[in-house]
Amino acid sequence: METHNHPSAVEPFGGAATGVGGVIRDVLGVWADPIACTDVLGFGPLDYDYSKLPAGVKHPKYVYMGVTAGIGAYGNNMGIPTVNGAIYFDDSYTGNVTVYCGCIGLLPLNKFKKNAKPNHVILLAGGKTGRDGIHGVTFASAELTEKSEEISRPAVQIADPIEEEKLKRAIIEVRDRELASAITDLGGGGLSSAVGETAEKFGCGATLALDKVPLKYQGLAPWEIYISESQERMLLAVPPENLDSVMAFFEQEDVEATAIGTLTTERRLHLEYSGETVADLDMAFLFDMGESTKKAVIQTPRLTEPEFAEPANLTETLMQLLSAPNIASKESVVRTYDHEVKGNTTLKPLQGKYAGPNDAAVLKPLDNSWKGLAISCGMNPNYGKIDAYWMAASAIDEAVRNNLAVGGQRIALLDNFTWGNPEKPERLGSLVRACEACYDVATALRTPFISGKDSLYNESPLGPVTPTLLITAVGIVPDIRSTVSMDLKAPGNLLYILGETYPELGGSEYYRLNGFLGSSVPKLHATKARRTYYNLTKAMGEGLVKSCHDLSEGGLAVAAAEMAFAGGYGLELDLRSVPNKLVARHDFLLFSESNSRFLIEVAEQDRSVFEDLMRSKACAPIGKVTKDQKLLVHGLNGKVVVDAGLAELRRSWKKTLGAEAQSE
Amino acid sequence: MRREEIKVCVMRVGGTNCDAETKRAFQELGVQAKVLHVNELIKHGNLLDYNVLVFPGGFSFGDYVRSGVIFARSLSVKLGKEIDTFVDEGRPILGICNGFQILVEYGLLPGFEGVSTYPEATLTTNVPQGFKCQWVHLKNENKGKCAFTSKIPTGNVLRMPIAHGEGRFLFPVEKEKQMLQKLIDNDMMVFRYCDENGVVADGTYPTNPNGAFHDIAGICNREGTIFGLMPHPERAMYWWQQPDWTRQTRMPQYGDGKLVFESLISHLTKKF
Repeated sequence: METHNHPSAVEPFGGAATGVGGVIRDVLGVWADPIACTDVLGFGPLDYDYSKLPAGVKHPKYVYMGVTAGIGAYGNNMGIPTVNGAIYFDDSYTGNVTVYCGCIGLLPLNKFKKNAKPNHVILLAGGKTGRDGIHGVTFASAELTEKSEEISRPAVQIADPIEEEKLKRAIIEVRDRELASAITDLGGGGLSSAVGETAEKFGCGATLALDKVPLKYQGLAPWEIYISESQERMLLAVPPENLDSVMAFFEQEDVEATAIGTLTTERRLHLEYSGETVADLDMAFLFDMGESTKKAVIQTPRLTEPEFAEPANLTETLMQLLSAPNIASKESVVRTYDHEVKGNTTLKPLQGKYAGPNDAAVLKPLDNSWKGLAISCGMNPNYGKIDAYWMAASAIDEAVRNNLAVGGQRIALLDNFTWGNPEKPERLGSLVRACEACYDVATALRTPFISGKDSLYNESPLGPVTPTLLITAVGIVPDIRSTVSMDLKAPGNLLYILGETYPELGGSEYYRLNGFLGSSVPKLHATKARRTYYNLTKAMGEGLVKSCHDLSEGGLAVAAAEMAFAGGYGLELDLRSVPNKLVARHDFLLFSESNSRFLIEVAEQDRSVFEDLMRSKACAPIGKVTKDQKLLVHGLNGKVVVDAGLAELRRSWKKTLGAEAQSE
Repeated sequence: MRREEIKVCVMRVGGTNCDAETKRAFQELGVQAKVLHVNELIKHGNLLDYNVLVFPGGFSFGDYVRSGVIFARSLSVKLGKEIDTFVDEGRPILGICNGFQILVEYGLLPGFEGVSTYPEATLTTNVPQGFKCQWVHLKNENKGKCAFTSKIPTGNVLRMPIAHGEGRFLFPVEKEKQMLQKLIDNDMMVFRYCDENGVVADGTYPTNPNGAFHDIAGICNREGTIFGLMPHPERAMYWWQQPDWTRQTRMPQYGDGKLVFESLISHLTKKF
């Protein structure tokens, strides 16, 4: 999972497309075959007032259109399904668009070759090298200014997905025949980092003839060739005796591959251009790092809980929440991504009869196995405005919940930080807090972090980005035939809530709707959560769970509405049965965003088995699935507090981002 | 010809990306299928070793200029003779999505008067515009000529997904009525977009997802041996590829896409 924030701010389409291309090469860079993409995006409000837009900042709507088109274009053209993602809107993303591009690959472990030796040929394969993307990484690590467009436009690369598709085919052939000894992608820094890192990794030096690098056009200076970040290029180390067969595979795919140098015994980096030495450096000089110390200050903002009366019409509030951009259907974007190419997507991004939002995508990547892969994500940037620690904890819990909800097990995590300038002590302070949460929660939930990346210096004329931690979770579904989706299945079934509801509305969508931030950010009781999750997985394994949906933005009411309108069945719920800690208001019970909660549909005949399994857990039946096309909620006094038609709920949810009301 | 003797060539070039699942669909039904890069076929000149030629989905040559056009032109130059023989001998050719665009650009479809030297129709930018990935319903309107629907009763409704940005089938406006009549008269109409009850879309979105003329989703040539369609039968092969399998208590083992491949195999085992 990579970020491509700065390039996407300057050139939305190209920035996002090359973000996808880059992360796919990361996967190829460990010999893996890319099988799915996941993309999480953060934009400013689409109705942002033009007159308030400072010079050099593009309108969120323009950025949104460009970025989503760029992501679709690359994944679709390469034939890698984009199966998972999220779109989040926040004021601070107006000047700092946030673009996370992720890719998942599959690799037979015995094909993972890294045994390069001196004398092996350094082979550059793929696209030609040009001036695009010079200083890309330098640009990515500076703040965006009014001048960024003018100065840094050439730092954004140009995407050519078809080149990468061909490159992928050739690389997989070379991998399967074990013809090469090392591989790495050309990303930030271009050849300069790929060559140096390869040599360093195998304890070698390298000598390179820069004039051999195929160019898009003449006139590049040697230094430009060495640091250009032109796309769709990979670097391989090949034993000399295999060179001809490797070249044949690239030729077969119409991909250019050129031997540009060799690994050497002497630990020096030696660069030549037309026979002339242009650089000659000691490897130690390049890789022995000095230490730097930065100051971090942990600041707790002084925030208070808002005081306001409970709204008289909670049905109306629910409709408004469903239309809130962070909750509303993203169908209009999701359908522009091919999520089915390769024919292995078994749980698709939109679920049920009416395209409800799934919790995680499930792939069946192996033809001869029922094993599946569940991919989900979690992100709660609004909580970070209150406390970075609990934001990070909540993001992890949300990603894990989403994964569990479809039947994911043995979950592993990825972290991606998008932060402001770390030279500023309070920005670094919140980063430290978030990292502490990552450690604490990952150890408590027993979910290892297997990869991650950060993007810092996200500051624009409009200020810093709100600290944003994206957590991606990858789980194994032991048998895809037991996958659970989120849409209600049959009238008469019972609906349970798992997990306790606290008066935690700080940073919630409900507070945001009313113009508040609040201070009661959701906390996480991670060890307790893990024990609960164990039982949920067990219930799923025994086939007791008909549908399951995690509770996140908008809380209980939004989750229940989504399950109902996705499945086309109604629900009748009673708030008096909801296990809670001191929540005395209907709106708080309905919209609190407390962590570690699920709604679970169970058939009447499985009631006692399920309840036995969940004994000692905070789990209670709160209602029934009905034939009525209605969401009906009884309040603490028994009176009806929400009475909403499913079609109307669905319309509220779909209208904001223009998803056409399909199959209505 | 016995089923296991049938040899299918799934042809690919840079940008083709639905080859693996297309091959898998054929293999599932017990025929031999191989993915071959066009470079290999040119080098070995062995296209005629195969009984069926398939152009799978993807973005051949990036679909720059116009979808399918670059691949179609380069094919006619480099493999034109073999393809002519292939067509003359009535060996079946299937084009899925980008493959359909290639067949139209090549002049193999509709092919009112045999293989045309220029495209007689086009598959152009969707209306509403943009790439779209969703499941659609298709009505089989073929009355028996098309080899690829020989086992699907006329009027039956099938379900498959589409995933394209340029799938709007059009004839030249001034000739569209006349050409449509020819299409129907010669039994070249195959699939039309319809709703779940089999009522054709009559141009209404999203039942007709791309604005195709006369809701056309797939057509065949005069002989019924060349078939092109925008939807992806290879993505509707197994039960677990269906969008709603988690809602069903019992799923049939296969999806509707299988019928297309099965029909072809049945045609081959009978004819050759």
